[in-house]
Amino acid sequence: MNLIQVDNVTKRFSGHTALEGVSVSVPEKSIFGLLGPNGAGKTTLIRIINMITAPDEGHILFAGRYIQPDDIDQIGYLPEERGLYKKMKVGEQSLYLAQLKGMSRHDAQKNLKEWFEKFDIGGWGNKKVEELSKGMQQKVQFIITVLHQPKLLIFDEPFSGFDPINVNLLKQEILRLRENGSTIIFSTHNMSSVEELCDNIALINRSRKILEGNVMEIRKKHRTETYEVEISGIEEKDLILPPTCHILEKEETAGHAVIKIQGFMNHKPNELLARIMQQADVHAFREILPTMNDVFIATVNAAEK
Amino acid sequence: MKKIWLIIKREYLTRVKKRSFVVMTFLGPILMASVWIVPLLLASRSEGTKIIEVLDETGLFFEEFKETNDTKFIYITDDLQTAKANLGKSEDFAILYIPLSSYTTPKAFYLYSYKKPGLSLKMYLQESANKILENKKLQDVYGIDEATLASVKSNISLVVEDIETSKKSYTEISWALGFAGGMLIYFFIFMYGSQVMRGVIEEKTSRIIEVIVSSVKPIQLMLGKIVGIAMVGLTQFLLWIVLTLGIVTAFTAVYSDQIDKYKTGEQPMATAPGQLFSSDVMGMPDTQQGLETLGSDENIGQLIDVFFSINYGVIIFTFLFFFVGGYLLYAALFAAIGSAVDNEADTQQFMLPVTIPLVFSIIIGLSFVLNNPDGSVAYWLSLIPLTSPIIMMIRVPFGVNIYTDLIPSMVLLVLGFLGTTWIAAKIYRTGILMYGKKVSYKELWKWITYRP
Repeated sequence: MNLIQVDNVTKRFSGHTALEGVSVSVPEKSIFGLLGPNGAGKTTLIRIINMITAPDEGHILFAGRYIQPDDIDQIGYLPEERGLYKKMKVGEQSLYLAQLKGMSRHDAQKNLKEWFEKFDIGGWGNKKVEELSKGMQQKVQFIITVLHQPKLLIFDEPFSGFDPINVNLLKQEILRLRENGSTIIFSTHNMSSVEELCDNIALINRSRKILEGNVMEIRKKHRTETYEVEISGIEEKDLILPPTCHILEKEETAGHAVIKIQGFMNHKPNELLARIMQQADVHAFREILPTMNDVFIATVNAAEK
Repeated sequence: MKKIWLIIKREYLTRVKKRSFVVMTFLGPILMASVWIVPLLLASRSEGTKIIEVLDETGLFFEEFKETNDTKFIYITDDLQTAKANLGKSEDFAILYIPLSSYTTPKAFYLYSYKKPGLSLKMYLQESANKILENKKLQDVYGIDEATLASVKSNISLVVEDIETSKKSYTEISWALGFAGGMLIYFFIFMYGSQVMRGVIEEKTSRIIEVIVSSVKPIQLMLGKIVGIAMVGLTQFLLWIVLTLGIVTAFTAVYSDQIDKYKTGEQPMATAPGQLFSSDVMGMPDTQQGLETLGSDENIGQLIDVFFSINYGVIIFTFLFFFVGGYLLYAALFAAIGSAVDNEADTQQFMLPVTIPLVFSIIIGLSFVLNNPDGSVAYWLSLIPLTSPIIMMIRVPFGVNIYTDLIPSMVLLVLGFLGTTWIAAKIYRTGILMYGKKVSYKELWKWITYRP
C-alpha cells in the first residue's frame, strides 16, 4: 500500500511552472528517494505534501484518502534550510515543536529523553540553541523531526553539515525508523546514500518526473552490459573476446588480471563466461550495474536533449 | 485551536521571561512615579531664598511686595549706580528698579542681576507689580479702599453640567484623560506592533518558519503571535499601574507632611502645563489632576463631584476596547511587513504607510481634537478604523453619544481589523517562505489577490 500518492500534481508560480503533472507513489514502510537537479521542483513537491502550499491541479492521497489538514501531525519534516529559535532552550523548544505536532507534553518528554540518550546529548536540554555548534544544532533538529513518531518522515538533504561519524549514526537511525514502521521520503544529491538507503526513487527534472521505480530495478534497467572478470593463466593481450566486446579497464597483479568488459550485445553473460573459461582460469565474474550517479546523469542528460 | 493556544503561550512566556521585560516592568513605574514625585520633592525643598532689593523711585511700592518661601524683598533708597555697585558685594540676588515715571506712564520696570532670573520669578514680580499698581490707582483715582477691594474680589469657577444627565463635568479632567488615553494607545501600538514585526522577521531569518508552517497554518501562527504579544503588553500595562500606584501611595504616606504644605502653598501649580502633561502619561491623571485644577479650593463637595463627574465604566471599557482593537488592527499590518522582508533594515519602505496614520492621529488628536472634541473632523476621524483608536480615546472623556458615535466606531474598528488581518494573512503566508527577493508594492498586491 502507498502511504503517499501524488496524483498528477501541477503547481505554477507567477512566471514559471514548478511542477507539471507529477505523479509519485511512496510505498508504506519504505525509504523513498526524491532526486533531481537544483531547482527541479523537489522542494515544491515536499511543501505540497506538507500542506504548506496547495497544488493548482491534482491531489495528494495520504494512506489511501485525500490528505486532511490533521494529517500533518503524522508528518515530520526536516527542511534543507535548518532553523530553530536561537534564544530558546533545546529541551523547551523540542517539547514545543512536538506539541505543535499534536503530541502531549508528557509523551514528548519521555521520547526526548530516549533520543537524548541515543545521541548521547543528555546535558543539552537547558542550553540555548545559539550556544551549540552547527553540527549539534543539526542533531537537535533531527531529533525534533522524529520526536512525535510520525508515520511519514521527510528529510531534505539530511546529511549536509554532518561529519562522517554522525552521517553513519544518522543512517543507522533512518534504517531503524523504517524497521519500526515509518515511511521516509528522502531528498538528496548524495547518490551513494541513495543506493545505500533507498528502496524506491523518483527523479524530477525541470518540473517533470522523468524516472520512478525500485532502485535495483532501475539500475538493472540501465545496465550497460559491463562485466568484471578476474582471470589467471593467460596474458590479457592473448585473450580473444567476441567481436563486439571491448576492454574498458584492466589491472594485473601477481599473475591475476582484473578486466572490465563492455559491449556484449544482448547475449547471455554465460556465453561470455564460457568463451573466457576456454582460455583462462576464472576466479571471479560479475556484472557491473551502473551507480545511481550514472543513472542520474544519463537520465537527466537524455531528458535535456 | 489547541495549537494557537500553544503559540500564544510560547510568545507570551518567552517575552515575559526576558530580562528586558522584567527590567522595563520595574523601571517603568519608577520613572512614571518619579514624574509625579520629583516635582513634589523639588517644590517642597527650597532652592535657597532669593533676596530682591527694591529700588523704588515712586515710593508707591514700599512694603507692598508679598514675600514667599524663596523670595524676600528689602527696600533700598540708594541711587541706581551705587545700588548696582553694592549688589556684587552682597548676597542679594537682584535689584528691582522702578523708575519715577512708572506711576503715570507705566512701561517697564528693570531687574538688574548677575544671574538670569527664572521664568517663575519674572512672572511673579511682573504680576505683583501690576496688581499693586492697579490697586493703588483704584484707591487714588476712584477712592476705593482696600477693604472694598477685597469685598468685590470674586473667585468663580465654572461648573459645567450636562442637561440630560445633570452630571457636572470638568473639562480639565476630560482633557487630561483624553490626552493620556490617546498617548497610551499610540505608544502601545507602536511598541508592541513592532515587536510583532520583529518576531516575524526572527522566525523568517532563523528559518524555523518552515518547520512551524509544516505543523500549523500560517494564519494560526500569525494570530497566535499577535495575541501572545498583546497579552505581554496588557500584563506590562497592568503591572505598571499597580506598581506606580504602589510607589506613589507609599511615597505619599511617608512624605504626607510635605505634600500638604505643597498643596496649600501660595501658588497653586494647577496651570503649569508641564504638570498636566507629566501626570497624564503615567495613566493616573484622575485624582491628582482633580485636586490640582481646583487648586486651593477647599470645597470638599466639589472634589467629590470631580471624581464622579467622569463615567469611569465607559472610559475603562472604551479604553480597553480601542486599546486592543487598535493594536490588533496595526499588529496584523506589522506582521505582514515582517513577513515581506528578509531583515529589519528592509522594513523602511513598508513602514511609512503604516506609521503615517498613527502619527497623523496623534498629531491631529493632541492639537485639534483635544480642543474640538465634538467637531466634524473629530467625528470622522473617530470613525475611520486607522485613526479611531487614538482619536476616539481622546474624545471619550469629553462625552460621546453611545449610539451615533461610539457603536459605529467600534463596529468599524472590528471590521477594520478583520480586514487588515485578512489582507495581512495573504501577504504573510506567501512572504514567510520568500527569500532573497526585494519585494515591491506590486508584488504585494499580487500576493493579496492570488487565489490558491
